[in-house]
Amino acid sequence: MSIFPFAGRFDPARLFSFKGGVHPETRKFLTSDCAIEDMPLPSLIRVPLQQHIGLEAAPLVERGDAVLKGQLIGKACGPVSANIHAPTSGRVIAVGHFTAPHPSGLPVLTITIRPDGRDEWGPRLPRLRPEDASPEEIAAHIAEAGIVGMGGATFPAAVKLNLRAKYDLDTLVINAAECEPYLTCDDRLMRERAEEIADGAGIMAKALGVRDIIVAIEANKPEALAALERHKRALGHALKIRVVPTQYPMGSERHLVKTLTGRETPARALTAELGVVVHNAATAHAVHLACRYGEPSISRVLTVSGRGVARPANLRVLIGTPVAEILAHCGGLVEEPERLLMGGPMMGQPIQSPRVPIVKGTNGVLALSAAETREKDVMPCIRCGLCVQVCPMGLTPFELNTRVEAGDLDGAARVGLLDCINCGCCSFTCPSNRPLVQTIQHAKGRLAERDSRKHQQDQARRLAEARTARLEAIAEAKRAAMAKRKAEMAAKKQREAEAEALVAEAVEATSRKEATK
Amino acid sequence: MLSAIASMTTLGVGLGLLLGLAARRFHVETPPIVDEIEALLPGTNCGQCGYPGCRAGAEALAEGSAPLNLCPPGGRDLALGLADILGPQAGGGACLEGMEETAQMVAFIFEDHCTGCTKCFKRCPTDAIIGANRQVHTVITDACIGCDACIEVCPTEAIIHRPKPRTLRNWYWDKPLAGDETGGDTRLSA
Repeated sequence: MSIFPFAGRFDPARLFSFKGGVHPETRKFLTSDCAIEDMPLPSLIRVPLQQHIGLEAAPLVERGDAVLKGQLIGKACGPVSANIHAPTSGRVIAVGHFTAPHPSGLPVLTITIRPDGRDEWGPRLPRLRPEDASPEEIAAHIAEAGIVGMGGATFPAAVKLNLRAKYDLDTLVINAAECEPYLTCDDRLMRERAEEIADGAGIMAKALGVRDIIVAIEANKPEALAALERHKRALGHALKIRVVPTQYPMGSERHLVKTLTGRETPARALTAELGVVVHNAATAHAVHLACRYGEPSISRVLTVSGRGVARPANLRVLIGTPVAEILAHCGGLVEEPERLLMGGPMMGQPIQSPRVPIVKGTNGVLALSAAETREKDVMPCIRCGLCVQVCPMGLTPFELNTRVEAGDLDGAARVGLLDCINCGCCSFTCPSNRPLVQTIQHAKGRLAERDSRKHQQDQARRLAEARTARLEAIAEAKRAAMAKRKAEMAAKKQREAEAEALVAEAVEATSRKEATK
Repeated sequence: MLSAIASMTTLGVGLGLLLGLAARRFHVETPPIVDEIEALLPGTNCGQCGYPGCRAGAEALAEGSAPLNLCPPGGRDLALGLADILGPQAGGGACLEGMEETAQMVAFIFEDHCTGCTKCFKRCPTDAIIGANRQVHTVITDACIGCDACIEVCPTEAIIHRPKPRTLRNWYWDKPLAGDETGGDTRLSA
């Protein structure tokens, strides 16, 4: 045994990054040299009204309506929600439920538009000159444009820009790490639209009221780096460009911040706590389009890749384009894919059917062949501890897994179940091929369900109490009415008796008078 | 006048003292455990346990005459919570096997069969059914606790229980199949 058992593990590059993480084969070569091409108009567009975290947008159009490109068709409901716009001109042929681009395949409210082929713009968003606008105006404009985090988290961008009210912010980080294998859409966007991204970053920095902008690029994208370097001075923003080590999950917000600033975000808190707000490069581009051209969030760049696709490509597609049409545009499938994914291979979600549309947060469509998924038999855990070494959140995935399998959800929560970011490093590295992150995801869902059930029980108790109170009130009212009626009856009887007495008296009086006469 | 006031006051004070003393003297102790149990129970008085209301159910649990798994709306979690208070063997022990992973049930009304008799919504302990006379009733899924009250009274058997429908909001991954693993797999021994 060596004197320094950990000597082999020491990697100087890691000194400036974060603990854990893995280095999967990136396979970005499949598409990294494919320039972004515009996908032609699809034959049908299905726009889900839930493309973001938060509440579903409310539909503003009905079946049969004609819509123009950029027209608002879904209005944001509540503070965390996003507007939805028509991606092209055409006729609404359905407003109803359709399979969601979600692993469950459950239905979601969807507006289906048949494009008329003219791609005719309606009135664009009012032009905004960010140089003269106040931060509030910029944030409101971005909310109007329906921009959400385009790295995949789909959190409404405007809500994040309004964090300045709550936190003391100093830095905007543009996340261009793109650590997921296969995906090259951000890389291509930076190579081709570096100026626009830099401008979008400047606008967002203005909205946040911060001075520092850091663009973080992984070391495996030298062309994107060079492109940004060319443009950073011209725009007048103090843009800092930082190269970060190629390491998965570098694109995770808190790990990127740790790498850039050396500071760790507290558990279950936002990076804003450290004064840093992170936005994706594609979001910066969308902000540029919204502010300079009045173009709402109706299209995005995504990577179509995997060995199952005949011609891997980077495409600019309209939101709502069905996956099947995208695959057909890329030459179709060369073999039946083992797995059809939306997003990257590490954190992407499988989709149930190729008919589902792509949404604002879809950064890739992957058709992975059996050789790529390499599904293997699950074997017992051998307590090697590799999952603990690679977990970027410093958790013990094998222990979480054991506890969940034993049904001990509270125990799992105590050892950090809710801190897991679902990056999948544990499952990736497990020599026994155990579905660790999958089990953890399941457990998180169960825990959430249990909490909601508890909440519902409290609600039910309140409802039951309200009902008892109501029934009692009704009974009380009935009793009161009865008593009132009784009293009235009694009063009436008394009045009648009095009247009778009066009559009798009068009769007597008259008879007496007559007698005296 | 004075004597009347004095006598009434003495009478009042005297009788009040008497009542107070009697309340102290003849006080019937409810074991605090009953309150503790009642706080755990759903509190909707649905009657599925066979006792008239949650309070009576809690009393039966406290004296050990009811099993821990008496409360279907509370489910497995409630049974475990009760076991924490009463011990696992209370009420002759309870089998949790059947309660494993029970999906939350809610009532569902077949609208073709509903005659709009209003019987069910009068019975619903949480006002989860809405409707009016001679109009089709419907269930507010979020308020339904899945008790049997409405099913019992429905004259046309138009109400059934079904698992709470899954939506994008409450959906989560199924537990992954762990493959062909050995029994010793989940033990934490070295």
